[in-house]
Amino acid sequence: MKIYVDMDKCQHYGQCTFEAPTVFALNDDGKLEYVGEVDDALADQVEAAADVCPMQAIEIQ
Amino acid sequence: MTQVVIVGAGLGGLRAAESLRGQGFDVMVIGDEPHLPYNRPPLSKESLKGGVEVEGLHFRRKHDDIDWRLGAAATGCSLQSRVVYVDDAAYTFDGLVIASGIRPRHLPVPGPQPQVLRTADDALALRSRLAPGVSLLVIGAGFIGCEVAATARQLGCEVTVTAYDAEPMMRPLGAQLGAAMKAHHEAHGVTFHLGQGVQEFHADGVTLADGTRLSADVVIEAVGSVPNVEWLHGNDLDLADGVLTDNLMQVLGTDVPVVAVGDIARFPNPRFDDVPRRIEHWNLPTETGKRAGQTLGALLNAETPTGDFRPMPAFWSDQYDIGLQSYGLPGIGEATLVDGEWSGDCIVEYLRDDEVVGVVGVNRTKDLMDYRKSIGAS
Repeated sequence: MKIYVDMDKCQHYGQCTFEAPTVFALNDDGKLEYVGEVDDALADQVEAAADVCPMQAIEIQ
Repeated sequence: MTQVVIVGAGLGGLRAAESLRGQGFDVMVIGDEPHLPYNRPPLSKESLKGGVEVEGLHFRRKHDDIDWRLGAAATGCSLQSRVVYVDDAAYTFDGLVIASGIRPRHLPVPGPQPQVLRTADDALALRSRLAPGVSLLVIGAGFIGCEVAATARQLGCEVTVTAYDAEPMMRPLGAQLGAAMKAHHEAHGVTFHLGQGVQEFHADGVTLADGTRLSADVVIEAVGSVPNVEWLHGNDLDLADGVLTDNLMQVLGTDVPVVAVGDIARFPNPRFDDVPRRIEHWNLPTETGKRAGQTLGALLNAETPTGDFRPMPAFWSDQYDIGLQSYGLPGIGEATLVDGEWSGDCIVEYLRDDEVVGVVGVNRTKDLMDYRKSIGAS
């Protein structure tokens, strides 16, 4: 599955990192970094991460 | 088929609907606003600053076969007969989700009621009146009041804030951090009149308890909220403050399969203690909505709901270049500065009997993640 984060919306709150820690992380500057394409086995985690994003910036394709 | 009716088309109603539809139940959602579920936090910030219409705030849709009944609020309910009323229409259910949320509170004082900010339509109305040079009076210094004040300053408005509490956001953040946030607002040109109740509303402002008369072009009232429970009257439920549920969101006081979610649900969270609380933090509708979906699904399948539900409350507030972030329940603890200075970027822990019950960071998002782990860990 493909993941896209709208970085104009993203405020780097980091809530996604709790739900899908192997996909989303905050770097040393506190900015979001993420893996753009992941195995479908992580679908539940990625869905949960998109659900808890306060800015609703995560899109799943 | 087994029919679930969900009253309330906000985030909590949506998450419960997704869970229950995903389990194969027929799901109808009744919502008072004409809009599909949308994200409210931007209404006092990005949307007010300019340009974001409600269409841009809608949550993504995972199911095309949820029956949305929008634009009219539920007016009554008989749990015994398993029916919800919307004016003259009656909708029968096997299981019910209470997700009717909250509405803005009004101060019980004489005079014309000011505008409020709760819905996308409220935000559109307020936005149309804010412009450079326009004066704005904000009644209430909670998060919505302070966010509106910050946004209006950034739009070039003259902003005054008045509130009964001695400091802004005092009850959730404590007096020290509240005072620091007040100083930030003052540095951006906001004028405060705190520690005074409102005696009377006028079309162009208020008279405070000490006789001070404040006037402005635009007046907005942001003094908290009240739960939308009236449609549930007559069912012998505990509606003292929202709807009382158990830890798994099952409504107490009825044998009918009913759960409550989001801002209206008063539930105990063993992360902290066994005291049922209503919590208006952004992530709770999602957490409780998903949990309530599991609970109602079990009840409708004649099973006993199981599990341990210990959600971590979380909220955020952006004012100027300040990003506040909170985990846990800071409002039930005593504030202790653990890193930085009160007046700048910092981390504050909230302790109750030596136990960490909450943590708040000012522009410290990443560092806060480690502190989060200590909340309710015992």
